[in-house]
Amino acid sequence: MANAVVRGSLISVGLAGALCALAAQAAGDSFVVPGSKAAAQKNCVEPVDYMRRNHMEVIKHQRDATVHDGVRATNHSLAGCIECHVGYGSGGAPLPVNMEDQFCGACHNFAAVHLNCFDCHSTIPSAAPMRASLPGQVGQFAWLPPVGGDGFRMQVPQPEVGGEGN
Amino acid sequence: MNKTSEQIDSGRRSFLGAAAGVAVVTVAPGVVLHRVASADPRSEPVTDAVRYGMLIDTTKCADGCSACVSACNEENGLNLQEMPEGMDPAKWDRQEARWIRKVKVQDNLTGRESNLPLMCQHCEHPPCVDVCPTSASFKRADGIVMVDRHLCIGCRYCMMACPYKARSFIHEAVEYKLTRAPRGKGCVESCNLCVHRRDNGENSTACVDACVAEGHNAIVFGDINDPESPLVKALALLPSRQIREDLALNTGVRYSGV
Repeated sequence: MANAVVRGSLISVGLAGALCALAAQAAGDSFVVPGSKAAAQKNCVEPVDYMRRNHMEVIKHQRDATVHDGVRATNHSLAGCIECHVGYGSGGAPLPVNMEDQFCGACHNFAAVHLNCFDCHSTIPSAAPMRASLPGQVGQFAWLPPVGGDGFRMQVPQPEVGGEGN
Repeated sequence: MNKTSEQIDSGRRSFLGAAAGVAVVTVAPGVVLHRVASADPRSEPVTDAVRYGMLIDTTKCADGCSACVSACNEENGLNLQEMPEGMDPAKWDRQEARWIRKVKVQDNLTGRESNLPLMCQHCEHPPCVDVCPTSASFKRADGIVMVDRHLCIGCRYCMMACPYKARSFIHEAVEYKLTRAPRGKGCVESCNLCVHRRDNGENSTACVDACVAEGHNAIVFGDINDPESPLVKALALLPSRQIREDLALNTGVRYSGV
């Protein structure tokens, strides 16, 4: 019995450690705007790994709490996502997060998951001040494949095209 | 002599302190005697302890003034709407979303005119909620009648059911919107008593602020359930009525002088 308890707690400590390590590793890549509220934090509002898979559930839960119960103070508001993750153009104007090279748009475009939050919700913080051009903006989303004129180019090996065909 | 009285006092103090402690312990577990206002309104779910409403004194509402309408438009991003290219301006005038309409009514017998802003009346028994097939049209615990756009399918039954023509339908995709006021094609919307201000614990609406700034003070906003609120005091002072009171909707917005 005592052994089982010890083993169980060891496993949970190990799991927590692994999760922390993952989160820390993920936090190494910067997906937030330098100088924003998020930049000062180690993680997103939840561990990064969790957010990548479950952000839609988190936002959906918050939306009901906000619309029906008026609860707006949690970390899980869409407005909060945008405030932290919005990028700024060279002129200092905020760029809509659903643009195909911006935080929401880039992934959703790549995964071919249609995003309709922004049919109604603002894609930039409403009261976004103009910002001086921030260093580190270029290549912020370099972890994603490059964007072509009509969306992402998939990195598929192309067969050689030449006059050698049979 | 002094020394003795000090000794007696300290003995009484400790006894009274213990007695008070016992009294608190006895009362506290079962009954909450008084609920204090929430320290952070943004984190507390709304309750039916409050019911928001307004009193509009039409004798103070000036002919030709539309400060409340403009303020509402700016607060809720209605001024960011754009007429779709090629649309007949007369049609746009009918379709553009409006949360407040400035109305002039006349008593045909006496010729007396009254001006009033007409918006969602935040009924206790809202017909728009009765008819909604998806429960998108709902009444919050604090009495605010609003639309959950995540559920709205745009059928517009609520617009037909509303006796006050308070609701608008968004016909086209909306390019510019505010964070505090989401808006999109295919959903119905109406006055929500500046719900973002309610959730932030502010105590006025955009239209009230504008009316005060114009010096008319025709609108009083407050909590109908709070006997100390300026609204309840104004309601006790002025004769007021509901528009279409024959429908027995128990509106949250009351009018005086009509």
